[in-house]
Amino acid sequence: MNRKMVFGISAIVLVAGFVIASSLYKSQRAEKLGFMAQESASTFIRDHSPMLGDAGAKVYIVKFTDPACETCAVFSDFVKQAMAAYPGKIRLVIRYAPFHEGSSDAVRILLAAKKRDKFWETLDVLYASQEQWTQHHQVMVDRVWPLLARAGLDVAAIRAEVNDPEMNRIIQQDLTDARTLDVRKTPGLFVNGKPLEPFGAREFKELIESELRSNYPELTR
Amino acid sequence: MPTQTKAERDWNLLFACWLIASGSALGSLFFSHVMGFAPCVLCWYQRIALFPLVLILPMGLFPLDAKAAKFALPLTVAGLLTAIYHNLLYAGLIPESIQPCAQGVSCTENYFELFGFVSIPMLSLLALSSMTALLIIVKRRND
Repeated sequence: MNRKMVFGISAIVLVAGFVIASSLYKSQRAEKLGFMAQESASTFIRDHSPMLGDAGAKVYIVKFTDPACETCAVFSDFVKQAMAAYPGKIRLVIRYAPFHEGSSDAVRILLAAKKRDKFWETLDVLYASQEQWTQHHQVMVDRVWPLLARAGLDVAAIRAEVNDPEMNRIIQQDLTDARTLDVRKTPGLFVNGKPLEPFGAREFKELIESELRSNYPELTR
Repeated sequence: MPTQTKAERDWNLLFACWLIASGSALGSLFFSHVMGFAPCVLCWYQRIALFPLVLILPMGLFPLDAKAAKFALPLTVAGLLTAIYHNLLYAGLIPESIQPCAQGVSCTENYFELFGFVSIPMLSLLALSSMTALLIIVKRRND
């Protein structure tokens, strides 16, 4: 084999190695869901976190929410509008941030509903009826029970389950992650790991749209 | 196996040096462009010494010109000195207060450690010192 061939083959092997390693690395990252490639990924999404939307979506909205928070209810509509406008492209992840007094009781109801695949219905019912079960920023869980039938839940069964100690662990985990991510108010919103700063409805739409554009180049055309 | 002629051995040494240079250049591009690690100032100085070797050394390979070692050495030596300084800084043997890269990425940022101790500055030091050694051998043989 002459020297030029040795040199040429070496150059090709090096470049091919680089290209293959790059694509391997990128596909591995993609598997870990875009921004979650970073080590802090699990801080945004835990195994217990409810998710709504297409699993292949490239835009992840992570929402730290308090079921008793009025602004969370308003932003829930914004998320729904965006998801309806861009079907299959947006995924919503709910994290619990029960900052209001007694809110963790409402979160427990959500956790019990999640086991029965009624999480999203229950969350909608709670958001929609906030003024019936909150007063002066306090949760009155006794007023929540009669409302649960609207979400198609068996109230007695839910009541029996809300004392599961596993629920404490989940709530504590989410509160710890909220602290790590500097979420001090609800809703704490992140789009593909980018926090909504400054906070606002228009800013939220712009953040979602900018993430959609960078992840779906065809949208810019 | 037939004994190598002097010219063959020179060529092999320069070629080995080019392989290290190219592998290191692609490796550093992998860190910065694929993995997204921002290079610090000292890393950039070492890259400035490293990248030209990928292009200069082949000029000494085709046709073989052992003088290439003489022209490549200043680059690897400059890079090696920077790498030594960088590693001392990284290991904490030189206090951070006198480091020249207060802004941007810290030169002691720990991005990556292979087997727990092979850091990126360490990889650079290994590449630059081995290339310097190879080039010195070639130069001595032809002085």
